[in-house]
Order: sequence, then structure tokens, then C-alpha cells
Amino acid sequence: MNHFPQAWGRPRDDVYGAYDASYLHDQNGPKAHTQSPIVTGTSVVAMKFKDGVVIATDNLASYGALARFTNVKRLRQFNTRAVLGFGGDVSDMQYLDRLLSSLSIRENYSAYASSADSADATEASAELNAKNLHTYLSKVMYKRRSDFNPLWNAILVAGLDGDGKPFLASADLLGSTFSAPSLATGFGAHLAQPMMRRVVPNEAAVANTTREMAEKAVRDAMKVLFYRDARSMDRYSIAIVSKEGGVEMMEDEQLEGQSWAFADRIRGYGTQVN
Amino acid sequence: MFRNNYDNDSVTFSPQGRIFQVEYAQEAVKQGSVVVGIVSKTHAVLAALKRNAEDLSSYQKKIIPIDAHYGIALAGLASDARVLSNFMKQQSLSSRLTYDRAISLAEITARIGHRAQVNTQHYGKRPYGVGLLIAGVDAKGPHLFEFQPSGVTQEMVACGIGARSQMARTYLERNLDHFEGSSRVELVKHALRALKDSLSQGRELTVDNTSVGVAGISEDFKLYEGQDIASWLDATFENREEGEEGESMEVDT
Repeated sequence: MNHFPQAWGRPRDDVYGAYDASYLHDQNGPKAHTQSPIVTGTSVVAMKFKDGVVIATDNLASYGALARFTNVKRLRQFNTRAVLGFGGDVSDMQYLDRLLSSLSIRENYSAYASSADSADATEASAELNAKNLHTYLSKVMYKRRSDFNPLWNAILVAGLDGDGKPFLASADLLGSTFSAPSLATGFGAHLAQPMMRRVVPNEAAVANTTREMAEKAVRDAMKVLFYRDARSMDRYSIAIVSKEGGVEMMEDEQLEGQSWAFADRIRGYGTQVN
Repeated sequence: MFRNNYDNDSVTFSPQGRIFQVEYAQEAVKQGSVVVGIVSKTHAVLAALKRNAEDLSSYQKKIIPIDAHYGIALAGLASDARVLSNFMKQQSLSSRLTYDRAISLAEITARIGHRAQVNTQHYGKRPYGVGLLIAGVDAKGPHLFEFQPSGVTQEMVACGIGARSQMARTYLERNLDHFEGSSRVELVKHALRALKDSLSQGRELTVDNTSVGVAGISEDFKLYEGQDIASWLDATFENREEGEEGESMEVDT
């Protein structure tokens, strides 16, 4: 009796010789290139204000440390009530973009679509809102990670929920979700989040935050990210979703008022060794 | 002997352009006991007459709550309604899980419509022998849909299907103008009166043989039976003891 369970049901070594496992070590293993990101986008930052949400990303797609593509839009408008921001793998972002396009077409041909003759407020509220979209995306992300084939993204969903209130939530490659008055992915979670939390520390503070305050906080956060995140860029996209204005998307913003005075004091790496 | 050669399956047209199997299925709906549905601007109401096989037995279920926001009333084969209602429950739950959104009544009606139509087009399948009224409230307000075995679905303001339902429909047509502005109670009363009109002579609506389902804006669909509808029945037919309505003269309580 062979007491090693892994040998049970196998040709017996004493009869057939040792098992030749050499073919297993060729390139016949499971596909692995989908399990790590290649071309990546960096942080997404977003915060709520009393009538809506501001969300921003820069327009860079990096290939490792190389700033490979400098005009990649990582914000995506879904409808008049939801905008998504993608961090992480760009090809997975493009997959999700196509997935959302097909979802959008399906929705607009379905019973949920608002009919042309009655474009009143109640009609519009039947279509997918930011909350619905976030729930859907989180299921897609969790499904893929359960297949051991994750979509390598950190996503922020910004917009309005079913009651027309500001909505902001994240979904990531593990399928985990999180919601807060301000959110940032990647490097932004360390650098931008503390700045935005000064403006909206909690849900109660959102009611006292104007659109201008939120927009300024997010633009400031983008600036600090450009200063300190080596995978970032000074051209960025920013979108504002509100009940009155719908989605205002600005896709080619330039960081303004930069000051590199602090750089003088930095020593110890780069060309200046001391 | 004359024999109809065109009713063996649901995929063969008769020379007159009819599909007999579908018509027979629609006949099954007419054998079922009557159900009525009405919508107002704020509410959707279903009312149904339950039948019992014998005096000592229980009554057949006529109204099935599907999701928090809507329910169905059935006329015809209860077993086919069970299949369809299970499907509707699954689809409704799936919408809530995937999108965190209550499925719209137009959408769920379209889905069972498609499903039923497929049965009329494939050899070896048969049409569902049940008609449904689907009533509730979604993001676009209160709705009432009618579903037929042929797969035809229509949105209705008021509708009655089942045995002798023509009498109920006559009542509904006469009072059509009142429904839109009706309050919750008024709508239930209209539904009960329509139901009552379709009863045969000497029969009455009682707490045992009547079911009512109500949904409203910010009010979940709820099924009312037994003593819960006693006050509605009393309020609707308060003067039946005085014999004002000719058919309800028999009083033995």
C-alpha cells in the first residue's frame, strides 16, 4: 500500500518507473500574463460636495516607469448621472469600457429607457444611476477575481444615487467596495486623501461644502500628486456631476500655479547625490 | 366525422390562419376564476375571487407577491402560474443583486412575454395555460400589465380576466374616468365592485373567497386576505343587506 495520497490513481513507480513530469515545466502552465498589469494609470481622486461629486485623473498611461501614452482619458461618462474613474491596467479599463458600452446600449433599448415623448424627471430616474452602476461593477470585479483572472483596476464611481443625492464609492480588483465622502486610489490614497479629508472629514461636512471648495481641493490634490508621484503628469481630466448641471467633463486641463521651490531642498537621489 | 386536423401542435396554422393550441390555452384562462386589477396615479390594486374544490377544502391561491414592489394575480392553470412566478421571482432577485435596482414592471412583463411566445413556436412545447395581471410600483410609478398565454402583453389602466370577467370589465369601462384620481381605499372598492359584478346569482364576496393585493408609491406590495379585508368588504357593500343590489338578496348570516 502506497501511503502517499498524491500517488493514488497514478501509474505505480515500481512498475512503470518514475513519473516523467518534465512536460509540465514547459510553457504549458496556466496563462499568467493577464494576472499582472502592464500599461497602467495612476491615482483617481474624487470627493463629494453638497450637490454632487468632483472626480479627477491625469491623462497618463505608464509602461512601467516609462511615461508611454500621454493622452489617455481615464474618466468615463456613463450617463447624465454617473462618471467612472479608472486606475490600474489600461487594457482592463478598455475591456470595462466596452462592457459598459454594451450595458448602456442594452439599457437604452430596454423598458428602462425614457421614452422620447415624455422626458420628465420621473422618466429619467428609471435608468441606471451611479449606485446601480457601482453595484454592477463590483459584481463584475468579484466574478473576475474569483476566476483567478482579475481586472487589475481600482475604480471610483461618482455621481448621483436613486434619490438624486451625491454618490461616491470604489471597487477594486478584489471585488471589495468602499464608500466615503472623499476617495482616492493608488498613490492618491496616501497623498491626496489627507488633503481632501481636511475639507470633508465626514458625511455631515459634505452639506457645508460648495462645488468651488470641492473643485479646488481636488485640483490641489492633483497638483501634489504631480509633485510627488513619479508616474503622474501635469495634464489631467476632471469631471463634476451634479443634479443641476448633469456631467461637466473637462478632459484637457493643465496644472496651474506650480511651484518647484521645494525641490531645491531635496537631496539624496537623482543627479544630486548630496 | 369532422375532426380538426390543425390542433395537434402549437406550430401548425389552420387554413384560416389560426393556431388552435394557443386558442385552447386562452380558453383555460376563461375557465379560471375572475381576477381584477386597477391603477390610479398613486396605487395599483389586484382583487381576486378564490375557488375551493369543495366546502371542506381550502381555497386556491390567486394572488402571488413576487418582489417587494409588485405581485401577480392569476387566472387559469395554477401550476403554470407557479412556473412563471418562480421565474419572475428569480429575475426580480437577480436585478436587485446585480444592480441594486427593483426590476421595472415593463421589463419583467416583457421577459415572461418572450418566454411564453417561445412556447407557441416550437414543436413539442405547449403554451402556458394561464393569464396574469402584474401590478405594482416601480421607478416610473404604478403600473398594471396583462399577460396572455399567446405571449401578448399590454399595459392597462384596469383589467379583468377569468370566468365571467366580461361583467367585471363592463363595470371597469363604466367607471374608467374615476380611477386615475382615486384614493387607495376608493381603488380597492372599485376593484371589489368589479369583482362582485362578475359573480353568478346568489354568490357573494366573503372574507374567505376574496384576495386583495395593494401596492403604492412608497408602499410595498402586500397581500390582504381573511379578516384584513373585512372592513373593505363591509365598506364596499354596506347596503347589501337592504337588497339594493338585486343579486345579493340571500342573507343567512
